[in-house]
Amino acid sequence: MREARPRIAVITFPGSLDDRDMCWALGSLGAESIPVWHAEEELPDVGAVVLPGGFSYGDYLRCGAIARFSPVMKAVERFAADGGPVLGTCNGFQILCEAGLLPGILRPNRSLRFICRDTTIRVERADTPFTSRCKPGYLLRLPIKHGEGAWFADPELLAEVEANNQIVFRYSDNPNGAIADVAGVCNPEGNVMGLMPHPEHAVDPLLGSGDGALILASLVEAAGVRLGVPA
Amino acid sequence: MKATVLVRPKAGILDPQGNAVLTGLGHLGFDGVRTAHVGRLVELELDETDPAKARALIAAMCDQLIANPLIESYEIELEGDA
Repeated sequence: MREARPRIAVITFPGSLDDRDMCWALGSLGAESIPVWHAEEELPDVGAVVLPGGFSYGDYLRCGAIARFSPVMKAVERFAADGGPVLGTCNGFQILCEAGLLPGILRPNRSLRFICRDTTIRVERADTPFTSRCKPGYLLRLPIKHGEGAWFADPELLAEVEANNQIVFRYSDNPNGAIADVAGVCNPEGNVMGLMPHPEHAVDPLLGSGDGALILASLVEAAGVRLGVPA
Repeated sequence: MKATVLVRPKAGILDPQGNAVLTGLGHLGFDGVRTAHVGRLVELELDETDPAKARALIAAMCDQLIANPLIESYEIELEGDA
C-alpha cells in the first residue's frame, strides 16, 4: 500500500490549461493531486488548494471576473477563511484578485504584448506556506506567459499592502509594468497567495529551471502539516 | 426597461489600450489627437420599470461584476430617463 501523501486540490475552470501540469508538478514533489471541477460545491479533504493558469471563461469582461462566481469558489473562500493555504498562479492569481481574496488587480502588460519568457523574481518573505523552502533574497528563475500580468493597486492600497508586508515576490526585471515590481502578493493573514510566474513549469532543470519546486514543495509541506500527513 | 452602462478607465490610470489607439491614429495620419481612452459599453434590458430602482440595481451589478472599482468608473443611462 502506498503511504499517505499530502492531498492538494487543483481546480479546473472552463478554459484552465495549466491544471494538468500543476497536478504533475505537485505529484513529482510528493503530493497527491486531486483534480476538482469548478462546478463542485464542496472541496475534497485536502490540505491546500491551487487555482492554475489558463484563460477561464475566455477572459471575458476582465480576466478572472467570471470564474470567481464558479460554485467551487464559495468552498475555496471557506477553506481560505479557515486558514487553509490557497495558491493561484497566473489566471488563478487573477481570479483570486477578482474574488477579493487578494488585493489589487492584474492589468494588460505595459507593452500590450503577450509575454512568454523566463523572468527572475526575488523572494521578499519566507514565512508563508508558499516560501518556507526559500530565504528572503533568493532569486528564482521562472517562466511567465501572460498578456495581463501587470499588478495594479492605487497608492492607498499599495501603502496598505506594503505596510502589511504582503508582497511575497518582486520581479528583478519588471517585464510587464507591475506597480512596485510586484510578481506575487498574499492576503494579510498570509495563507492566500497569487503570482504571475509559473512554478509548475519549472520543477525540473531539464525544463530550464527547477526553482519552481521551492514554491510548490513549500506548499506540499504546508498541506501535509494541515492534514497531519508528513510530506 | 433598457439601460446602457458606460465603463471607463479611471483618470490617471495607465490605459495601454487607449495608448495603442492613440499611436494607431497617429500612424494613420490623424494628427492632433491628444488622448484616447478605451472603455466598455454594456447594454441591459431589465424587468424593473421604476427608474430609481433600476439605477440602484444596476449600480449593484456594476460594483459586483460589470466594473472593477479599483480601476474603472461607470455611468448608467436609462432609456427615457434623463
